[in-house]
Amino acid sequence: MAKIPVQFRLNNSDRATFAEAADNLLTTLRRGLNEFGPKYGCGQGACGVCTVLIDGEPQLACLTLTVACEGRHVETVSGMADGPNMHPLQNAFMDNFAAQCGFCTPGMLMAARALLDRNPNPTREDVVEAIAGNICRCTGYEPIIAAILAAAGARGEKRA
Amino acid sequence: MARYKGRGMASINYPIGMNLGGDPSQALIHSNPDGKFTVALSAIDLGQGMKQVTRQVAAETLGVPIEDVYVDTADSDTGPHDMGSFASRGTHRMGNAVIAAAREARGVLLEAAAEELEVNAADLVTDGRGNIHVRGAPSRSITVRATAQAAQFKQGKTIAGRGIFLVPLSAVDAETGEMNPNTAFAHACLVADVEVDDETGEVTLLGITSAYELGRALNPKMVEQQLVGGAWMGQSHALYETPEPYYPNPDHGPRDFNEYLMPGPGDIAPYSVSVLERPAPDGPFGGKGPGEMCANPVLPAVANAVFNAVGVRVDELPITPEKVLRGIRAIGGANPQTRRGG
Repeated sequence: MAKIPVQFRLNNSDRATFAEAADNLLTTLRRGLNEFGPKYGCGQGACGVCTVLIDGEPQLACLTLTVACEGRHVETVSGMADGPNMHPLQNAFMDNFAAQCGFCTPGMLMAARALLDRNPNPTREDVVEAIAGNICRCTGYEPIIAAILAAAGARGEKRA
Repeated sequence: MARYKGRGMASINYPIGMNLGGDPSQALIHSNPDGKFTVALSAIDLGQGMKQVTRQVAAETLGVPIEDVYVDTADSDTGPHDMGSFASRGTHRMGNAVIAAAREARGVLLEAAAEELEVNAADLVTDGRGNIHVRGAPSRSITVRATAQAAQFKQGKTIAGRGIFLVPLSAVDAETGEMNPNTAFAHACLVADVEVDDETGEVTLLGITSAYELGRALNPKMVEQQLVGGAWMGQSHALYETPEPYYPNPDHGPRDFNEYLMPGPGDIAPYSVSVLERPAPDGPFGGKGPGEMCANPVLPAVANAVFNAVGVRVDELPITPEKVLRGIRAIGGANPQTRRGG
């Protein structure tokens, strides 16, 4: 089958690649573009570790066709930091010990960023809903929720 | 139809390490020419903090800044042998091995520094900031970096250390069955508050309160985090997770994250942790380690809380709504138990 040329922005730089019609974005990012920020977890949209932003909206890269990203802006965890300065969410994740093994972290950060971009002052319930599609097996979620609330400047009550 | 509140408690003594032919861990430490140190372990950091604790323990023993210690746990081909990261043994066993290795390396480090300063190594102290000086005479000083370079390029010395910590096999007494497989026990008490719906059988975890005694918390923040995350696993084992939800046919078991039930961020409950520190005599700087016991007491405490709420004793995990409803039917309706205290 013929490869299809695809162009999109990846973390603010223009990228061009070739994809099969059925290639998903996660495969293209990891195998074609050496962008290893999004992780491969379940490959069926259940775990959230491949979460990326497409035109600002959180999407699961494993369920997104690469050719559907033509002309769009794909953002991954690799583009969050501003040079040497980490994104406030990344700092908050560190300060709140929101990563243990770290495998869910790239997806959590993207889901959290999408939330804060559209709702700078989320409630705890907003945060819970925003990360409900992201599985974490280590932290018990609480440190992640606390980190996102801290990044939002909200003072989350401790485990309330 | 009503929702019943219940409270359950569990206390545990948790053994650190295991007894399958003895329980050894090894560590190797060497200095690099820039005065920084690399610790090689075959123990793996699963996210529980093995690397961080190793850095702390090595830096403290070597007498160098923590940022000057690197930990390489990546490769069991090139690292020294270790039994592994399980049985809650990491901090205790590997920590002790790291101390042994760091002591040996520190000995060579001070000898090399003594040669440069033309003093007796026994008179040297480290300041923990990358300097070695004569006790009581801080001006008679050399940096760890200069020492490492002198050792490597001038003296022809290897600043390195080997460490092993072995808990030997404890044989079982044929007469009494007595054995002593463990050198350290950690302890915990945990209270779970639940609400049980006698119409749906659903158990909602309302809150957890716990106290843990796990030796010295070498990194208190990571200990707290491990306890919080582990409690989630305990909650998950108690109420959600099973590979055989609709036994007896295993074909009905979950095959992926879509079908394997776990509590999500909306299912967690407020958790209050108290950590009591009683340094263990044989632990690295008194540490024992939280490990698996983060999750363990949640299971019996939740089971007890369900019994307290509706009088149903579920003795198979997880405590699913189906089991609760069958139990309630078997006793002819919810039968809340008395509750002592508040």
